[in-house]
Amino acid sequence: MSAGFLLRRLGHGIVVVLGVTIVVFIVTRMVGDPVRVMLPIDASDEQRQAFAHHLGLDRPLPAQFADFFAKLARFDFGESLWQRRPAIDIVLERLPATLELVLVGMALALLLAIPLGVIAALRPGRGWDRATVSLSLLGLSLPQFWLGLLLIILFAVEWGLLPTSGRGTPGHLILPALTLALPATGRLAMIARSSMIDELNQPYVQTAIAKGLPLRRVVGLHALRNAANPVLTLAGWELIRSLAGYAVVVETVFAWPGLGYVAIQAIQRQDLVLLQTVVFVVAIMVVAINLAMDLVYKAIDPRIQLE
Amino acid sequence: MAMTKSTAGTLAHAAPLHGRPHELFNALRGIARELRADKLGAFGTMILLVLVIVAIAAPALAPYDPAAQSLADRLLPPAWLAGGSPAHWLGTDHLGRDVLSRTIHGARVSLLVGVAVVALAGTFGTVLGLVAGYFGGRADTIIMRAVDIQVAFPALLLALIILTVVKPTPGTLVIVLAANGWMVYARLVRGVVLSSRQSLYVEAAEIVGCRPLRVIFRHVLPNLTSPLVTLATLEFARIVLAEAALSFLGLGVQPPATSWGLDVAAGKNYIFDAWWLVTVPGTAIALTVLSINLVASWIRIATDPRERQKRFARGAAVSEMGA
Amino acid sequence: MSAAAAEGPLLQVKGLQVRYFTERGTIEASRGVTLHLDRGETLGLVGESGSGKSVTSQAILGLIREPGRIVAGDIVWKGRSLLAADGAAYARRVRGKEIALVFQDPMTSLNPVFTIGLQITEVLRHHLKLGRRAASDRAAELLDLVGISAPRQRLAQYPHELSGGMRQRALIAMALSCEPELLVADEPTTALDVTIQAQILELLGSLQQRLGLSILLITHDLGVVAALCHRVAVIYAGRIVETGRAADLFARPAHPYTMGLLRSTPRIDVVRPRLVAIDGTPPDLSHPPAGCAFHTRCPIATDACMAEAPSLVPQAGGRTVACWRAFTPAWPGEAANRRARG
Repeated sequence: MSAGFLLRRLGHGIVVVLGVTIVVFIVTRMVGDPVRVMLPIDASDEQRQAFAHHLGLDRPLPAQFADFFAKLARFDFGESLWQRRPAIDIVLERLPATLELVLVGMALALLLAIPLGVIAALRPGRGWDRATVSLSLLGLSLPQFWLGLLLIILFAVEWGLLPTSGRGTPGHLILPALTLALPATGRLAMIARSSMIDELNQPYVQTAIAKGLPLRRVVGLHALRNAANPVLTLAGWELIRSLAGYAVVVETVFAWPGLGYVAIQAIQRQDLVLLQTVVFVVAIMVVAINLAMDLVYKAIDPRIQLE
Repeated sequence: MAMTKSTAGTLAHAAPLHGRPHELFNALRGIARELRADKLGAFGTMILLVLVIVAIAAPALAPYDPAAQSLADRLLPPAWLAGGSPAHWLGTDHLGRDVLSRTIHGARVSLLVGVAVVALAGTFGTVLGLVAGYFGGRADTIIMRAVDIQVAFPALLLALIILTVVKPTPGTLVIVLAANGWMVYARLVRGVVLSSRQSLYVEAAEIVGCRPLRVIFRHVLPNLTSPLVTLATLEFARIVLAEAALSFLGLGVQPPATSWGLDVAAGKNYIFDAWWLVTVPGTAIALTVLSINLVASWIRIATDPRERQKRFARGAAVSEMGA
Repeated sequence: MSAAAAEGPLLQVKGLQVRYFTERGTIEASRGVTLHLDRGETLGLVGESGSGKSVTSQAILGLIREPGRIVAGDIVWKGRSLLAADGAAYARRVRGKEIALVFQDPMTSLNPVFTIGLQITEVLRHHLKLGRRAASDRAAELLDLVGISAPRQRLAQYPHELSGGMRQRALIAMALSCEPELLVADEPTTALDVTIQAQILELLGSLQQRLGLSILLITHDLGVVAALCHRVAVIYAGRIVETGRAADLFARPAHPYTMGLLRSTPRIDVVRPRLVAIDGTPPDLSHPPAGCAFHTRCPIATDACMAEAPSLVPQAGGRTVACWRAFTPAWPGEAANRRARG
């Protein structure tokens, strides 16, 4: 792969992050009134003006915009109104918890989905296949917040096996990770099944069988390696969606102290500075995942030219 | 040239007049046959029909006003449990509101938001996809670059910010969800347009001198119907889930309006002693989304020959048979 | 193998029937194919697409898959059945090692995400239990054998980095890796350019002589058969209609279908007024016609042909024909043409 490709993807990533920043800027400054959102209703006019001045909101918009980006370039996101300390510190403190949840959840989903999908693809239309398809459809139809609550009711309240919320022991991780993983498992198993069926019908599979290779090598190496790209594409998507969406819900349900939970806390406390910092950091993570996915494709399929 | 065109036009107009009722009948018969072949698809279609009827007739079907509080009857369990009351089949919530009535009314919000978002995002995305695919050039570059960038956006988080600053009403909810959903349609439509533009009949139509709009409507859109319907159905399911999640987080539908997600959120404080408060609306969401997904998977299988093969597992053999 | 087994034919296909049980009904892809192949012999199996010729090769290599099934008949390798209930282990040992397959389309028959080297060495390592180094040495030898230059470098390349002809050579090398006794080549040149076709045929011919291979060549192209085969079996609608030595069969076709095929094959050694395809289309094998399957297209069919299917009857010169009116000129002018040549 060429350095040119990396540079271009990096440029694209910067455009995305800039786009997110601009949207956030516009939404918070122009559509809404940050002062009204952040201050209590009974604040006096002087308080409002002082606060607006403190945030630089009394200056003309272009100046605010320039200021906003100048600070961003120095990684200065401002101070959280809720905790009275730099917002970026809070976000970076919470980041590991979210990464742990999202990565474990996705690994779990892949570990479940690939065997399910592959076995289903071996005999499409038969019992195992039908069961896999039905369960997958069911899994991907479950709303995560509800699934999480059901798991809490069963495992924590009824049987008392696992903690209901928080982070700390591996036991704390099980239910949130499972909640995050199950719907993704459904989608991944469907795509694994579908692309394995496609691959198993390819002539090269016939070649491999005709070579007298054992079935597990034909299926598990030859076909699976070819089917891996669509599966990993979706896995990358799931990772992004988890980070930028599902995690908010799951972390809220389980009071998991990650970025999503802190975003909701920021919303409840009307802390726009903290909220936009979360969004900014997540946007960078999303860009990084997209770049990593491109490299993974190339590693899996030698035909892919990254130009 | 002009003559060819008008002849073609007359023929094209004449044919459907004769064909349509017959075609419609055949199509309906075909659908019925396909549904018989796919029991899960039939199940999904049935549930979805029931849901639509329930949503439309909610005021007539619900035994109570969904917002009517009655603190004397708070936290009643479903009728079949000890302490339950036959007056409240599915029990009552912490304000004594009837769970069944709230669930029935919740169907309205879910389906309405879902339909509105799909219509809005679908129309917007389809038009942009058509423009990008059909006219190409700079329009294509700009539109697809916008799609690429927006696909990489952390969608739900942005929605959270917007809904924090803008008051969440059903209207803003629809706009925010649609703004996050149009890209998939644009990508799909552009792809289909590009591939069908290369086909001979589109080329022929252009050589004969059909105007672009005519080519799009007569020759390109028909190819789009089946993948678009499938995508729209899948997106519908996704939007229902997204609305429920946003409402659960307190950023979607606001009280006193009802929404399944809102009810689950309210019920989660009572999971220790009133499990039905999260279970009933949650089941409603799951069942709705499941039935939509079943319908989507049925449509895809029924309209895509490759998927048909997968269902019947006759892949390799059929291609071998060639003739 | 025992001496007794070695005396009989290397491969026998006996009354093979394959059916595909599809959504739209049962397709009788193979309706009793019988043929045999001796050591060192090249047999051409000729027919149109959908005639059941590929099904035959798939059955030999155990590649018939759902919803296809072998419903009757037997495949005997060196005197021992590959289909018998107790023959599974034997079949596994034989297939890929003693019988190897070269596929139609070199583009798609190689796994795109693995190097040529891996795809050849995995056969050597699995069947011959060679180590990594030995397998790779042998793989380079094989590539050299099939005429690929700079074989060491090729091993590290991916299929998409090779030309079409090169890929087909690599596939042949892969098939030869365990020194098979029978090479089943299913339309090995169809997907290639004409000039490359000739090179591949030449390669197969020389390999056959050098290694004493038997080859079952499956093709729709009589030109290919003429270039390479000792004997020919013509298949139509899932049945063998005629077999014989290639020279005899070309000089004096016995079955009207063979005559028709020859009429539609361009040849440089015979001046023919024009090339004519056989009228009509092959029968729908989900509803094969009663009697001789060819009667729907045969210009000389009689009532007998529609009533009863003729069986393969031995003729002089080791030939067999399944036709009630064998050797009757079916198309005007054809016999004259042939005689002029003979």
